[in-house]
Amino acid sequence: MCGIVGLHLREPELHPRLGELLAAMLGQLVERGPDSAGVAVYGDPRLTPPGRAAVSLLDTDAATVESALRGRIPDAVAVDAGPTTVVHAPVGVDALIEALPRATVIGTGEEVAVLKGTGHPHDLARAFGLAGVQGWQGVGHTRMATESAVTPQGAHPFSVGPGQCLVHNGSFANHATIRRELRAEGVSFDSDNDSEVGARFVAYHLARGADLDKALRLLCERFDGFYTLLVTTADAFAVVRDAIACKPALVAETPGWVAMASEYRALAVLPGVESARIFEPEPEEVYVWKR
Amino acid sequence: MEALTVDLAASPVRQLNQALHAPDPAPRWRVLNPRGAHSVACGLTRHLTVDIEGHVGYYCAGMNQLATVTVHGNAGVGVAENMMSGMVRVRGNASQSAGATAHGGLLVIEGDAAARCGISMKGADIVVGGSIGHMSAFMAQAGRLVVCGDAGDALGDSVYEARIYVKGTVKSLGADCVEKPVRDEHLTELAELLKLAERDEDPAAFRRYGSARRLYHFTVDNAY
Amino acid sequence: MTEGLRESATFDRATIHAIQRAAATGVYDIRGGGAKRRLPHFDDLLFLGASMSRYPLEGYRERCDTDVILGARHAKYPLHLAIPVTIAGMSFGALSANAKEALGRGAGAVGTSTTTGDGGMTPEERGQSKHLVYQYLPSRYGMNPDDLRKADAIEVVLGQGAKPGGGGMLLGQKITDRVAGMRTLPVGVDQRSACRHPDWTGPDDLAIKIGELREITDWEKPIYVKIGATRTYYDVKLAVHAGADVVVVDGMQGGTAATQDVFIEHVGIPTLAAIPQAVQALQELGVHREVQLIVSGGIRSGADVAKAIALGADAVAIGTAALIALGDNHPRHDAEYRALGSAAGFYDDYQDGRDPAGISTQDDDLAARLDPVEGGRRLANYLRVLTMEAQTIARACGKSHLHHLEPEDLVALTIESAAMARVPLAGTDWIPGARP
Repeated sequence: MCGIVGLHLREPELHPRLGELLAAMLGQLVERGPDSAGVAVYGDPRLTPPGRAAVSLLDTDAATVESALRGRIPDAVAVDAGPTTVVHAPVGVDALIEALPRATVIGTGEEVAVLKGTGHPHDLARAFGLAGVQGWQGVGHTRMATESAVTPQGAHPFSVGPGQCLVHNGSFANHATIRRELRAEGVSFDSDNDSEVGARFVAYHLARGADLDKALRLLCERFDGFYTLLVTTADAFAVVRDAIACKPALVAETPGWVAMASEYRALAVLPGVESARIFEPEPEEVYVWKR
Repeated sequence: MEALTVDLAASPVRQLNQALHAPDPAPRWRVLNPRGAHSVACGLTRHLTVDIEGHVGYYCAGMNQLATVTVHGNAGVGVAENMMSGMVRVRGNASQSAGATAHGGLLVIEGDAAARCGISMKGADIVVGGSIGHMSAFMAQAGRLVVCGDAGDALGDSVYEARIYVKGTVKSLGADCVEKPVRDEHLTELAELLKLAERDEDPAAFRRYGSARRLYHFTVDNAY
Repeated sequence: MTEGLRESATFDRATIHAIQRAAATGVYDIRGGGAKRRLPHFDDLLFLGASMSRYPLEGYRERCDTDVILGARHAKYPLHLAIPVTIAGMSFGALSANAKEALGRGAGAVGTSTTTGDGGMTPEERGQSKHLVYQYLPSRYGMNPDDLRKADAIEVVLGQGAKPGGGGMLLGQKITDRVAGMRTLPVGVDQRSACRHPDWTGPDDLAIKIGELREITDWEKPIYVKIGATRTYYDVKLAVHAGADVVVVDGMQGGTAATQDVFIEHVGIPTLAAIPQAVQALQELGVHREVQLIVSGGIRSGADVAKAIALGADAVAIGTAALIALGDNHPRHDAEYRALGSAAGFYDDYQDGRDPAGISTQDDDLAARLDPVEGGRRLANYLRVLTMEAQTIARACGKSHLHHLEPEDLVALTIESAAMARVPLAGTDWIPGARP
């Protein structure tokens, strides 16, 4: 049970303000999820410089990572962002992960950095240095845990495929079965969180050639329960809600940006929102915006 | 008389509501910078006029009695929920559950209303200038819902005695909701409602929907 | 005649009758009351009275307090009750006006609260109840902000132990002119209430709803959140996150006016299993005793009261037991119960509205059989006995307040109850399932 925010910037002049805007949006939804928070940002030149593989990690720090990679991966750079560490290097993602010390991988991809942790979302945003982050797309999540543990691993976003990211508000009703099915297919899980099952399901189908629209339509067919989902990839921003659509969702669109949030107050902080086209996504309709 | 202005960028909703609930409040109020705040001007009990300049969050004008509240923007979930009397007008769109369980008064939404508009309504009148979402008038017990645009899926599911008028298309009717003939008395009440809502649609262009009353008694066919 | 015949444990006579009834009617069985199956319960726990290592208190002479404050976390006017036994929500509609008035009189006489139900507040009830909790339910029948402001506390109901996940039912026989008027329904319909609230779903939105209720009542009233016991550990945590001042947990023995029998018997967990889960959730959040816990579902005696409190509840609520105190299932009505196809001690057809005791009915003649003053007196007597019994046990355990009872004062008689209540099997230090 949670608050969701997402921002897809079309206007390059806004890219330097991504983190500042995302932090302001997130700050509006603290009451919806006071126990943990996370963000994923696409295209920050410091966390994920272009042309380099990036991996986001929990349970380690930059010094440990850099010393472990020294002599094994040339020119590897690790950056601490609160509880999260982001490492990037001019090699393939697999080679980089192979060389890493013990840690929990929470995001991979050339452009995406995933930062998450437990605690008050305001404190986390500060620890992440979110206000200084740049980029073209970001998502954020404040979490009120329902049935799974309050741990950094259990926080959203769930980024389990290259460049992919999923945040969820609601509660799946048949996730245990789908988890078993995916496990039988060789998929492994990091947490007992129901939303991770959704993220693994989407990643599973994207890896098998489905596009995002198709993967989310398959999710609607297979998942029972209540959900508003915001799913992003390295080139898309998508929103979908369950058939009953009880969990709130608002989309606002201007020529400069597309934004999504659980409540209007998170959109109210955006420049030019007064003239945005604002609508609520229809149930079981997949909305995709491409870069 | 000049309206009293409250800027929600400078003072919290709680202070505004306390002032509106005070024994002898000023008759006219203007609220600035709501920015999606929740429960703005809820629980009013007097003949006040409140103009809210911007978008509001959940439960604006909730349980309203006697007051006239206008939102010059969009309204979040449950605007005018359980309203008893008075009038609430939304110049923009309303989110889900607009006018939920409302007993009386008039709710006007000039734009669209999302899902569950008029859910369990108990006697209020709701006029929507645009379209409404799915499951609207679910279990609606009494009152009138007028929709100048289209209606989404499962309109009037398990409806009791509320009357529903739709000018545009209905995506699907819910369980036990059927189209019914529009008679003179319906045209008359529709004309009155449209006039109160300051709309110029022709009453003759609407269709009427209501309960087939087949769910009123548990039988083999409807026992779930 | 049945000598030498063997009844099947699987297809016993009640089961055979249920199949025959289903085949004959094609509609599920609707009844009142709570789960009738045998469940691990308070009877499976015992207190360790004082002896040498602990010192007991003298009855009458040495004090053993019983009061409880509910809802001081955010509300300007918390409830201060003289005894920790409250009356659970039961609607006017399900019960007659006289029964509601009797509940108010009985509870008021001993300084405790009563609760409205699905269907609004009656003037009789408000008038006779010193402390009245107003239920805020999915159907919002009779929901009125004036009554909300008249209440002493507000209880947001998500579910009931008899039917967690389901809405209420009230059959047409009981939808009289007055009930229909209060609920804005046609007279005589079979009414099925919604199972979800119409304008919020989930704890994040409940937090906003609670905010609205506080704004409308100027932050004066305690706000309770009532849940049917299922995933209690999580649900209690979420209720606290959403802002509840008091959490009410209703186990599966808790009654209902009318629901499908299959729901009553097969959904939910026993009260005994729910309490430790709820207490653990409150303790982990650091709000045990700050956010009060009221437990209901099968409370019958002062021993049950003391055991619920020892396990960590701040108060209990009674429903079925209160109706019995008013005269429900009394042997004097046996002939009439039999005429209805039941018998004294078995009657649960509250949905039919033909209650010979005049309690679960809307029939004026039947309702007139219950004198609200006399009913109130019986209920007050019963509540006094519950309190004295609980005090007797607490004193024997050396406690000067009922709230000083603790899980360590208890042992279990069965492995099941030891595991559920998280207390050791009597004479051992073994708590099955406890993590070291």
